[in-house]
Amino acid sequence: MIPASFEYVAPTSVADALAALAEHGDDAKILAGGQSLLPVLRMRLNAPEWVIDLGRIDGLRGIRDAGDHLAIGAMTTHHDVGRDPLVHEHALLISKAITHLADAQVRHRGTFGGALAHADPAGDLGAPACALQASFVLQGPGGTRTVPAAEFFVDLFETAISDDEILTEIQVPKHDGWGASYEKFVRVAHQWPIVAVAATVRMEGDTIAEARVGLTNMGSTPVRAEEAEEALAGCPATEEGVAEAAALAAEGTDPPSDLNGDADYRRHLAGVLTRRAVLAAAGRNGTTAPV
Amino acid sequence: MTRISLTVDGQQVTDDVEPRTLLVQYLREQLGKTGTVIGCDTSNCGACTVHLDGTSVKSCNVLAVQADGSEVTTVEGLAGEDGTLHPVQEAFRECHGLQCGFCTPGMIMQTVDLLAENPDPSEEAIRLGLEGNLCRCTGYHNIVRAVQHAAGAGSDTERSGQDTGVTA
Ligand SMILES: Cc1cc2nc3c(=O)[nH]c(=O)nc-3n(C[C@H](O)[C@H](O)[C@H](O)COP(=O)(O)OP(=O)(O)OC[C@H]3O[C@@H](n4cnc5c(N)ncnc54)[C@H](O)[C@@H]3O)c2cc1C
Ligand code: FES
Ligand code: FES
Repeated sequence: MIPASFEYVAPTSVADALAALAEHGDDAKILAGGQSLLPVLRMRLNAPEWVIDLGRIDGLRGIRDAGDHLAIGAMTTHHDVGRDPLVHEHALLISKAITHLADAQVRHRGTFGGALAHADPAGDLGAPACALQASFVLQGPGGTRTVPAAEFFVDLFETAISDDEILTEIQVPKHDGWGASYEKFVRVAHQWPIVAVAATVRMEGDTIAEARVGLTNMGSTPVRAEEAEEALAGCPATEEGVAEAAALAAEGTDPPSDLNGDADYRRHLAGVLTRRAVLAAAGRNGTTAPV
Repeated sequence: MTRISLTVDGQQVTDDVEPRTLLVQYLREQLGKTGTVIGCDTSNCGACTVHLDGTSVKSCNVLAVQADGSEVTTVEGLAGEDGTLHPVQEAFRECHGLQCGFCTPGMIMQTVDLLAENPDPSEEAIRLGLEGNLCRCTGYHNIVRAVQHAAGAGSDTERSGQDTGVTA
C-alpha cells in the first residue's frame, strides 16, 4: 500500500533535474504524473532510493504551434492535451484516443510524456504517436537528440530514453483536415485495451488518399499496420474496399496471448477494429470526420 | 522528512512528512480528515477522490509532497460553515444515491468536478464522467439520478478551490 522510503527532490529546471539524475543515476526514478509510477512503488515492484519529481518544471508543460508540427511538453496532462484546440485541429487522432484513456481523475494527473515514457504496450498513446509519426525530444548531459517514434519504442516498458536523459517534448507533425478515430476493445468499462486501433485518413472526395494506422497491444511495442496503410491508399471509402485492406492489419505483428485472448483472437480483432476505425475516420459512421 | 505547506478545506497547514506519504494517508492520519476513504490498492475505485487545485484526483495516487503549495478540498470541505449541505451532497441524500455509503465521498467529489466541467451532462456523459468511481453496492442508477438532480437544480456546483492555472 505504501511505497518503501525514498529521498525526494523537485527541481524547477530541466538542467537541475538532469544534474540530480546524473548524481543519483541508477538509484533514481523520474516522477511525472505518478499515475503509473506510484502504483508500482506502492506494490513495491520498484524501490528507488531517489525520486526526481518533474512536476515543478513549468517549461515542460503546454502545447505550442511550431509551424509544421505541434510541440507538446512532456508534462502536459492528458486532460489538457485532450481538450486543447490546437491538438483537435492538427492532430485529431490524439484528441480521440485521450477520450478513451483511463478516467477523469487519472487524466487530471497523468501526463502525455509520462504515458509514452512508460511504454506499456496496452497504453493508449503509443499507437497514435506511431500513426502520426511523432518525434521524441530527449535531453541529457550531452545535449538534445530527437528520436522518431519507430525507434523510440524498444520493447515492453522500454524506450530509447537513457538512464541519464529526460523526455522533454513530443513533436507531432500536423495532419490538418485528416479524419481520425480510436477504436478500443475492452471487456468491461475502465480497462486496458485487449486490442485498440488508431486510424487517421486524408480523404480526396470519396477516396482515401492516405491512411495511417497504429495498433495497441499487438506486440511488445505499439506498431504501424503498414501493409494495411498501403492497401488503403487510393481505396474507395466503402465498407467492402476498407474491409479488404483492413484484413491486412495484423500482417507482420506478433501479438501476445493472455487471459483476455490468444494471439489469433487479437489478430482477428485488429482487422475488425481497423475496418471500423478507418470507416469512422473517413466519416462513414457519421460522427468522427473532421468538420 | 520534508516540510509541506498547503491549504486543506480552507485551512492553512504546515507539516513534516516522509516523502513516501500518500496524500490520502496524510489527510486521514495526520489531519484526521477521515471523510476521505481508501477503497482499493490499485487506484481504481475512486473512493479517495479529492480536489487538488480545483480538479479531481485520486488521493491514493498522489504524494503529499506533490501537494506542497496547493489547495486541497475534501468531502469535509464542501458543506457551508453553518452546515448547509453542498447541492451535490443534498442531491445524493434526496435521490438516495448511496447504499452502504463507502463510495459516496468519492462519488460526490467527482460529481462536483464533472458538473463544473459540464453543467448539463447527458446520462452517458455522467456514466463516463464517473468511470473512475466504483460502487461495490452497485447502486449506479440512483447515483446517476442524483447527479441529474444536482445538475437540474441548476445550483452552484462551481469547482471548489482556486484554479491556480498550474494545470490550465
Ligand atoms: C486507474 C488507472 C487507469 C489507467 N487507464 C489507462 C488507460 O486506459 N490507458 C492508458 O494509456 N493509460 C492508463 N493509465 C496510465 C496513465 O496513462 C498514466 O498517466 C501514464 O501511464 C503515466 O503517466 P504519468 O505522467 O502518470 O507518469 P509516471 O507514472 O510518473 O511515470 C511513468 C514512467 O515513465 C517515466 N517517466 C515519466 N515521465 C518521464 C520523462 N519526462 N522522461 C523520462 N522518463 C519519464 C517514469 O520514471 C516512470 O517509469 C491508467 C492509470 C490508472 C491509475
Ligand atoms: S483508494 Fe484511491 S482509487 Fe481506490
Ligand atoms: S454505496 Fe456501497 S459502495 Fe457505493
